Amino acid sequence: MTELLRPAAEWELQSMIAKLAAQKRRVEIVGHGALRNAGRVARSDVVLSTAGLKGVTLYEPTEIVMSARAGTPVYEIESLLAARGQMLAFEPIDLGPATGAPGGALSIGGVFSTNFSGSRRILAGSARDNLLGVRAVNGRGELFKSGGRVMKNVTGLDIARGLTGSWGTLAVMTEVTFKVAPLPQTMLTLAYTGLPDDLAIEALTTTMATPLEVSGAVHLPKGSAARLRQAKLKGIDQPVTLLRLETFSAAIEGRKEKLKAALKVYGTPIELDAEETWSLWSEFRTLSVMPFSTETSLWRISTLPTKAAEIVFAIEKFMDATAFYDWGGGLIWLEVPAAADAGAADVRRAVSVRGGHATLIRAQPEVRASVDVFEPLKPEIERLTRGVKSAFDPDGLLNRGRMYANL
Amino acid sequence: MPHIELPEPDAGVIRRRPILIEDLKARVGADLLILDEDGRRAYETDAFTAYRNVPMLVVLPRTTEDVSKILKFCHENDVKVIPRGAGTSLCGGALPTEDAIVLCVSKMNRVIEVDYVNRFARVEAGITNLEITSRVAPKGFFYAPDPSSQLACTIAGNLAMNSGGAHCLKYGVTTHNVLGVKMVLIDGTIVDIGGTSLERNGYDLLSLMIGSEGQLGVVTEATVKILPSAEGARPLMIGFRSPEAAGSCVAAIIAAGIIPVAIEYMDRAAIEVCEAFAGAGYPLDVEALLIVEVEGSENEIGILLARIAEIAAAHDPKTVVMSSGPEQSARIWAGRKAAFGAIGRISDYLCMDGTIPLAQLPHALTRISQICAEHDLKVANIFHAGDGNLHPLILYDANDDSQADRAEAAGEAILKLCVELGGCLTGEHGVGIEKRELMASQFSATDLAVQMRIKTVFDPTWRLNPAKVFPLAATETMRSGRAASTPEAA
Repeated sequence: MTELLRPAAEWELQSMIAKLAAQKRRVEIVGHGALRNAGRVARSDVVLSTAGLKGVTLYEPTEIVMSARAGTPVYEIESLLAARGQMLAFEPIDLGPATGAPGGALSIGGVFSTNFSGSRRILAGSARDNLLGVRAVNGRGELFKSGGRVMKNVTGLDIARGLTGSWGTLAVMTEVTFKVAPLPQTMLTLAYTGLPDDLAIEALTTTMATPLEVSGAVHLPKGSAARLRQAKLKGIDQPVTLLRLETFSAAIEGRKEKLKAALKVYGTPIELDAEETWSLWSEFRTLSVMPFSTETSLWRISTLPTKAAEIVFAIEKFMDATAFYDWGGGLIWLEVPAAADAGAADVRRAVSVRGGHATLIRAQPEVRASVDVFEPLKPEIERLTRGVKSAFDPDGLLNRGRMYANL
Repeated sequence: MPHIELPEPDAGVIRRRPILIEDLKARVGADLLILDEDGRRAYETDAFTAYRNVPMLVVLPRTTEDVSKILKFCHENDVKVIPRGAGTSLCGGALPTEDAIVLCVSKMNRVIEVDYVNRFARVEAGITNLEITSRVAPKGFFYAPDPSSQLACTIAGNLAMNSGGAHCLKYGVTTHNVLGVKMVLIDGTIVDIGGTSLERNGYDLLSLMIGSEGQLGVVTEATVKILPSAEGARPLMIGFRSPEAAGSCVAAIIAAGIIPVAIEYMDRAAIEVCEAFAGAGYPLDVEALLIVEVEGSENEIGILLARIAEIAAAHDPKTVVMSSGPEQSARIWAGRKAAFGAIGRISDYLCMDGTIPLAQLPHALTRISQICAEHDLKVANIFHAGDGNLHPLILYDANDDSQADRAEAAGEAILKLCVELGGCLTGEHGVGIEKRELMASQFSATDLAVQMRIKTVFDPTWRLNPAKVFPLAATETMRSGRAASTPEAA
């Protein structure tokens, strides 16, 4: 059985990593396990969990800033924020339910390590965009900080943001400081039904070019829409295109009418009020509109909105795919039948000729161990990537193989 | 004055100048080079004018391939390179040394592609910030970061310094608005980092590059987000009897769930000078003035401004003036935007650029006044109140060495104060040479080593803009080329 380390304080974590570094022992970094089944499987001698590093260490609602230890569960943070009428603006995605890991186990460190942001990213930016500072321990066992707690900071290299999306392969975040946002006074959703993917994406991009500050722009093709749980849309047997508006109460009706006028050619939408909107968009944060069968693999594709429908169409030529478009079409969640390579060859070919990149999120461990989970790097970028890895973790001890087989 | 130490130029490189020039001419053509002293003198400093060095030569590439050839030449010949945009750096970020080549991207200023449907523009790095907005404005779009120098500064410089501006409270700074770059490494390798889609693949190298002050590579193209312009925008001016009241009002606005597009603060000294210069209609009987701008439809603006005025009323304001239309809005902003120039008419000044947590504002302003009084100098304060980015302008006479020395000392004390209060040394101007030696007050030796190792990954021999950003003593080994070493933590 693999040894499990569970430091209760930053100094303890640092001394543990320093000791492991001296012994050149490889260590897998986890929080509460929400992301354990996503990405590649790390090759490790020891597992280190940040779950013991819990608690909000700074919260200034009037400065819209919060600091929390890396293992703090996201639901605790969101509950604290909600009590003061605030939220995490980028709506972090909880991959747990989609990958067979526990739901609600997402830690704030995991959020910034993976930079997985939800629908509101199109208005508020990603987790990375909302990060202000970190404290972390690198693979040399050194404790360091980067950034800080103020909104504007250009003092030195932006190591904090550089760590986002590195999946714990560069350093173990011990504390993160981030920007929070006011909860909108009210919100609503317009749901257009029956639009084929290409027309729906056209409607989404039209919307995003308006100054109405749409905070969610999602399209669910027929099969995905049928899995919606929200009562007004539940079981709908058509594609559904969803647009979310949020602002102060006195302005919401005006914005709604403008949006409806801009999208008049796409039909008459079903309208969802604030409460219905809240429950609907929560579904996307756990990807519950996807099938989640053990017989399938889940991909996440980042591309240009205008290429999204084409990419899905091209993949559908080769396999039975289920898609869900977020970020106005710029992000595709795609489930495909299980295969020895999780469909990587066809998925990657469809993406590469149209621009963008694909990440394999869920597949059987042996599949994730045998295909590239992250998009392979061009040689000159790989050279820099290796250099950066080596700068933080010269012996390759932290989450070895978690992103790339040989890193 | 001047007190900031610069490394001794490499006499060997200077001696080789004639040979180097011939070699570079052969590689990129003579027409890209500026060799005469008068021409080179134009590049001897940036907007941090107290320090000047005529560079060995200046080169003005027209293409990414030119940049690649130039950097490869520098790499092979062990020559330092100072990347430069428009030279508007306020921290000496583009200051050359006599043994260095200035590589200025100002001739690379085309818009390569605009995609309104996917909402991005691909531009060459030498284009000015404002030109991007000018190009996309007819279709109802804009490029969000708006540094005060946006008419002159280039995207290359914005990327180097991670520039912001008055409106970054809502729209973020450069790093929030760039999707990808094409850049050239010191060995001439051309790399594309990021692209046109929202999310990047692999490590976030773009985050490391933006704000690195020309230390990692030379950016030749940028893909930036363009955003739909708001339907309208209008400011509100609120004059207060004390800085404390203004500070609490800012906190109350944000606590009420309103994030205005900008909140600007001016103290009494700044108000008087700006009003005399611009006739903006600023109240002259207040200790602090906030300019709060909101965006939206005319109806939304009216509702929001009324709400902000209501919040302000609880802080005993002396004046509340709501702009009634575009003309008045322009006048209000004209005063603020001309502030640095207006103060420059009455005195030389050192413009500081620290950031503090907003709750520390009253304390910070009191201490700044004390620090300047202790150095027998006056100060005017202007800053972005929404994000705590202070700009104390320390007034002094540049012809008086004693005053200049005291101004530098006061500035240093103010920046250290910002760090002590939980803030940082620079919110938007950058470190350059100006704050290089102060970095140790904000960062531990380990923090700095972590950053310097990244510099070494991109630029192993430290030829790109060396002697900037990091304390000189800490970088000596790397800069001297004595070791292709990994910076060690103390």
